[in-house]
Amino acid sequence: MSERREPKPRPAPIADPETEPFWSAAREGRLTVQRCTVCGAAQLYPRWRCLRCRGQVEWVDAGGGGTVYSFTVIRQNFSRSFRHLIPYVVALVDLDEGPRVMTNLVGVEPDDVRIGMRVRVRFEPVSEEASIPLFEPT
Amino acid sequence: MATSDYPNLPHLSEHQVHGQAAERALADAGLEFGDVDGFATAGNFPMYAVGVCEYLGLRPHYVDDTMFGGSSFEVLVEHAATAVEAGVCETVLVTYGSVQLSAMGRKLGTGGGVGAPSGPMAFDALWGNTLVGNYALAAQRHMHEFGTKSEQLAEVAVAMRTHATKNPQAQYSDPITVDDVLSSRMIADPLHLLDCCVISDGGAACVVTTEERARDLQKTPVYVLGAAHALTHHMNISEMPDLTVTAAAQSGPLAFRRAGVTPADVDTLQVYDSFTITVVLSLEDLGFCEKGDGGSFVEGGRLQIGGDLPSNTDGGGLSACHPGMRGMFLIVEAVRQLRGESINQVPDAKVAVAHGTGGMLSTGATLVLGTEGR
Repeated sequence: MSERREPKPRPAPIADPETEPFWSAAREGRLTVQRCTVCGAAQLYPRWRCLRCRGQVEWVDAGGGGTVYSFTVIRQNFSRSFRHLIPYVVALVDLDEGPRVMTNLVGVEPDDVRIGMRVRVRFEPVSEEASIPLFEPT
Repeated sequence: MATSDYPNLPHLSEHQVHGQAAERALADAGLEFGDVDGFATAGNFPMYAVGVCEYLGLRPHYVDDTMFGGSSFEVLVEHAATAVEAGVCETVLVTYGSVQLSAMGRKLGTGGGVGAPSGPMAFDALWGNTLVGNYALAAQRHMHEFGTKSEQLAEVAVAMRTHATKNPQAQYSDPITVDDVLSSRMIADPLHLLDCCVISDGGAACVVTTEERARDLQKTPVYVLGAAHALTHHMNISEMPDLTVTAAAQSGPLAFRRAGVTPADVDTLQVYDSFTITVVLSLEDLGFCEKGDGGSFVEGGRLQIGGDLPSNTDGGGLSACHPGMRGMFLIVEAVRQLRGESINQVPDAKVAVAHGTGGMLSTGATLVLGTEGR
């Protein structure tokens, strides 16, 4: 039983040809978004074309700032990757460039989190090859 | 139509549950397996419907395997009605079977991982969000935008439990109060344990056939007046444009228009209640109240038998039975109401709506049923 209770590392992203630029940048501590070369709209996750105008897209660095759109405090999760982190904050953050991203809020007490709170990205290594974006209040 | 035994079936396989539900639905209609020339089901395995056909010994010339999450069965009936109307087939058997509870061995599925760590899903799956967490994000946003209160969400759970007290099969049937919901432990803020559906074993089935054939059968037919389905996203809740607006905002008005009725004509609603917030969002999006007013709408026992809109009169997924994809149960209970066979009968019910929600608040499918044809 004891080995079944031992924490496991957080899941790491598995890159594919389309998402590799995002996860490579994340490993270097850079948050990137796709930007349309025609209309300038930003999007995540990456797509073949811009969802607004179907124009071609390119990868650009994002500023790293955003606003909490919604959040929850996870108090039950049987996953060995997360169970030991309970309670932790899962949030949707609207990046200043536009895209909405899933993340965890760190550096803040769960009870102090509010919708509309300004946050900034920081990266957390989840394996030797991968880091994922987390956010903390500014 | 019929339900299988539920909510706890450790002695049955998933396929046996399909078999039991199918046999009962056909017997209820006065039909036999030999009368079936169309088949539809949804499940979590490729070519799932083909497998269930093989198991049941069916060789239909119409098969539908549309996977739309919990709302799949409203879609399957919509498709079946269209196929029957077009003359593609005459009699479609729609079945559902699950032994999720026995397979999991626990009664609350917060769902550790809710997607794959690769491709698009990696953009939602790496932060320890849970299935409950997805709906909690929507609830939190709804509270922020409209001032919805936990006490109001709790009213939904209380209504379903009130109905479940009359259902001898219900997984939970002891009456509960708003305070019981609020004092149950928090699973993912702002959703408490009693804001979440149960996890059960069970199945259900129905038969869709022509008006002509239905008239000759032993039970009073119920008519599909209108149907529609829609989606907002797949597994990533970050892709949902507005967490307070579900696919029901698209499927509901379209289904009502096709049926030629309005929400005011609806005598009873069988609505997906994976979580209490699911019901509040669906009520608004289907047009039973204005956007943002769902919280106050459910106050005062409005969803309870005797209220303006008796909903989930079998006790719902919150109390009676939720085997993973509850959509088929919504249809069965709607038909029971229209036939006057419900354990919580709405007097003289003429129009019933079954509305399913699937995935991570991703899909919606609305079925408007009536005692008289269009």
